[in-house]
Amino acid sequence: MAAKKIKATVLSQKQIGSDIFDMELLVGEIAKEAVPGQFISMYSNDKSKLLPRPISICGIDKEKEILRVVYRAVGGGTKEFSGMVPGDTLDVIGPLGNGFTMKGKKAILLGGGIGIPPMLELAKQLDCEKTAVLGYRDEVFLADEFEKVIPLAIASEDGKTGTKGNVLDAVREQNITGDIIYACGPMPMLKAIKAYAKEKGMEAQISLEERMACGIGACLACVCKSTEVDHHTYVHNKRICKDGPVFDAEEVDFE
Amino acid sequence: MNLSVEIAGVKMKNPVTTASGTFGSGAEYSQFVDLARLGAVTTKGVANVPWPGNPTPRIAETYGGMLNAIGLQNPGIDVFVKRDIPYLKEQGATIIVNVCGKSVEDYVEVVERLGDEPVDLLEINVSCPNVKEGGIAFGQDPNALYEITKAIKAKAKQPIMMKLSPNVTSIVDMAKAAEAGGSDALSLINTLTGMKIDVQKRKILLANGTGGMSGPAIKPVAVRMVYQVAKAVNLPIIGMGGIATAEDALEFLMAGATAVAVGTANFRNPNATIEVIEGIEAYMKENGIEDIHDLIGIV
Repeated sequence: MAAKKIKATVLSQKQIGSDIFDMELLVGEIAKEAVPGQFISMYSNDKSKLLPRPISICGIDKEKEILRVVYRAVGGGTKEFSGMVPGDTLDVIGPLGNGFTMKGKKAILLGGGIGIPPMLELAKQLDCEKTAVLGYRDEVFLADEFEKVIPLAIASEDGKTGTKGNVLDAVREQNITGDIIYACGPMPMLKAIKAYAKEKGMEAQISLEERMACGIGACLACVCKSTEVDHHTYVHNKRICKDGPVFDAEEVDFE
Repeated sequence: MNLSVEIAGVKMKNPVTTASGTFGSGAEYSQFVDLARLGAVTTKGVANVPWPGNPTPRIAETYGGMLNAIGLQNPGIDVFVKRDIPYLKEQGATIIVNVCGKSVEDYVEVVERLGDEPVDLLEINVSCPNVKEGGIAFGQDPNALYEITKAIKAKAKQPIMMKLSPNVTSIVDMAKAAEAGGSDALSLINTLTGMKIDVQKRKILLANGTGGMSGPAIKPVAVRMVYQVAKAVNLPIIGMGGIATAEDALEFLMAGATAVAVGTANFRNPNATIEVIEGIEAYMKENGIEDIHDLIGIV
């Protein structure tokens, strides 16, 4: 399953939060091979910006060869993407990394902030008993779409929506149980989820993020500390782009 | 039309290789590039033992470039010899191995281990700005460079090519020191030491503090240094620093490099090496140039 570099065409774009954008891209075969939890490298059309923006896949339509990405416009690159309109093109490499391994009988999906989008396609594809918990700082996005496909709980830091606090606060408060956790979000959240899963004797698959250069496992920019030796350098450094971004929580050493 | 060149007796079918550290040992890029089409594959630096590299963040984007402080994470010579060399051989690649170390003994150990391996050329990394010991320390003092070159040359079975750092007062003095020490070729430039500050967090962005700058933004510096060195020494040069297109590569060839390496551009375009080769061919065709040597060092 080799990654491909293609010229993707923007099919639609809408703003769904103060800095959150929702874009559909026509990507050909990349969509046919993509699975939930994988990402694509999106390249700026401004040649002074060399590096890809690794963006998680929020939706997959294999038949129409469309991938949907929901991303936060934070820097020059993602702000450029947010200004794109249908018909615009950009270079894309994908699908990249390893997605979630769908298993278990009762799943809890945990998404925090911009780690929420990849959980949507997973929620759609998981064929088992499942609940999603989404954590927001304040502004809620994508929740309506989750609600259509999965029982949903929400946590917000400001307490305006759902449980006040983070995703694990909501899991505890609402006594949500399962035998496997799938999660994507900021590092402190993933670290807490690893500890929670261990305490409950659950399996957890967590998706990590880091600055990337090549996106395909060659440059060794995006490593995370791993509990076991990696099979590239044998030094307890796993490559998030290639060995991840989804890891078994036990693989990741948060120190 | 002839695109083939020779670096210290090593034949390259065209003058394009990869810059060390940007291409791994080729395996990851082979889904985009037929490695046998390259003049050579230059591998990421390998030491006598595995190195874990630096903490993250290891990279930052800059205007027209990037900073990296990977810290030469590598699996060590044992894994490299067992896994990477046979792989590259199988792909039909001409192999340039980048060698790194913390002491002269480390370098010599790696070079000796490679002696009976099917490796074509050894590039000696005395110019990495991201490791505390060794690396650049040997590449910023002409005497130290002379001594390490001599020590490695005495033990090397393959030709050696010292890779020069641009972070020096006189690149020509360094080139002359490497030549005097017995280097068979030179490669330049390695990255320029730089820094980026995250103004939101009010902290230095890279965990290592400083990083090596690469990418198109450094190309004029690299072309100038290749030009100066080519005029000053009698060694073949592999030129690099910001090459992304055939036009970039032609600048280096005209400045006096016998071959060139494509580095950071691989991150932007994994097919960059092939596009550079094809672009050089197209340029030669358009301009009626039969032999690439008619372009080397013509300015």
